[in-house]
Amino acid sequence: MTAVEEIRSIAGAIPDPEMPALTIADLGILRDVRVDASGHVDVDITPTYSGCPALDTIREDVERCVRDQGFTDVTVRIVLSPAWTTEWMSEAGRVKLRAYGIAPPRQHGFDLTPLTIAVQCPRCDSTRTHELTHFGSTQCQAVRQCDACGETFPHFKEH
Amino acid sequence: MTLVVAGAAAVYALRLADDCLVLSHRLAQWSSRAPTLEDDVALTNIALDLLGQARGLYARTAELDGTGRSEDDYAFMRGEREFINCLLVEQEIGDFAATIVRQLLCSTFQLAQWQALTTSTDGPVSAVAAKAAKETSYHRDHATDWTLRLGDGTDESHRRMESALAAMWPFTAELFESDAVAREAGALGVGPDPATLRPEWEGYIRRVLGDATLVMPESTWTPSGGREGLHTECFGYMLAEMQHLHRSFPGVTW
Repeated sequence: MTAVEEIRSIAGAIPDPEMPALTIADLGILRDVRVDASGHVDVDITPTYSGCPALDTIREDVERCVRDQGFTDVTVRIVLSPAWTTEWMSEAGRVKLRAYGIAPPRQHGFDLTPLTIAVQCPRCDSTRTHELTHFGSTQCQAVRQCDACGETFPHFKEH
Repeated sequence: MTLVVAGAAAVYALRLADDCLVLSHRLAQWSSRAPTLEDDVALTNIALDLLGQARGLYARTAELDGTGRSEDDYAFMRGEREFINCLLVEQEIGDFAATIVRQLLCSTFQLAQWQALTTSTDGPVSAVAAKAAKETSYHRDHATDWTLRLGDGTDESHRRMESALAAMWPFTAELFESDAVAREAGALGVGPDPATLRPEWEGYIRRVLGDATLVMPESTWTPSGGREGLHTECFGYMLAEMQHLHRSFPGVTW
């Protein structure tokens, strides 16, 4: 394994502080890892939303984990461009999110126009669900209710 | 008054940042006080988006104006006259109708502005804008939904929306004011001259108000001065509260 691959797998395995079932690699928050000739490590991470309060914690976690692995000369940078999108969430991440009780974001070229694809209830799989409120417990989640089983559940909204 | 700035790009970025921060603080004042739990969460989520946008822009302003100030320095260590936000964002939160009307007017303006800024020649500003455009489209949806519900709701909700619109409307003229900074920013490709955003804004606002059975007010009194650091009376009180901790314990961290 090259140093870049090793660091990528260490940093990528760090859980998201607000959704610990998912890693930052699953979420697409870990953007890039570079190691220069002198052994200096640069890790790029990107926020999901502009004000995401988890980002500072993630930055500290990445720095500590990479250091602990013996790469002591490390800089973690926050990059805004290109802007994060739910399209970057891995397939494994979507599966984990669903198992965690959060409906994953819908795919297929989301472009901020109203979607007709149904959001499935993570509990009973029904596609008959409706949005209760667009803003939930974190910036990235909306709250929906299932018309079949009545369960209220978070939906990781498309972004 | 010590307006520490260097060039149009820095002033332009600072204006954007101050609009976001001040509106963010006003929305945060709804925390634990909104009429429904969902809207308590919604308004504070929107506040958090705006705060994040402000942080990115303050960081960029510090590079452009060469002062190397921290985000906290801009937020907590400047006096009232050094803030160059527009007057609309600083107005008191009023009742829920007033907040919704302001959100409709502001988010419609900001969305058009962010979309134009995604092609800014200033890389860091365009990066902030690319994220902010997505976030602000949700803010505008939220304000639009409530405008329709309250405007076309009960006699009481309609009356309150009318009176909120009358109170907030005069401050919208300032959003589109063009001056030397705006023109230079436009010429440099840093960002749109706000005057160019008016047709799109008016089209959307007119349609939503019409659907909400509300009438778009006529512009009569058009106060301005925010971009020059001249603010309305309520702003000093807001800053006093917002900056209290940092003023009392300089350099405090937690």
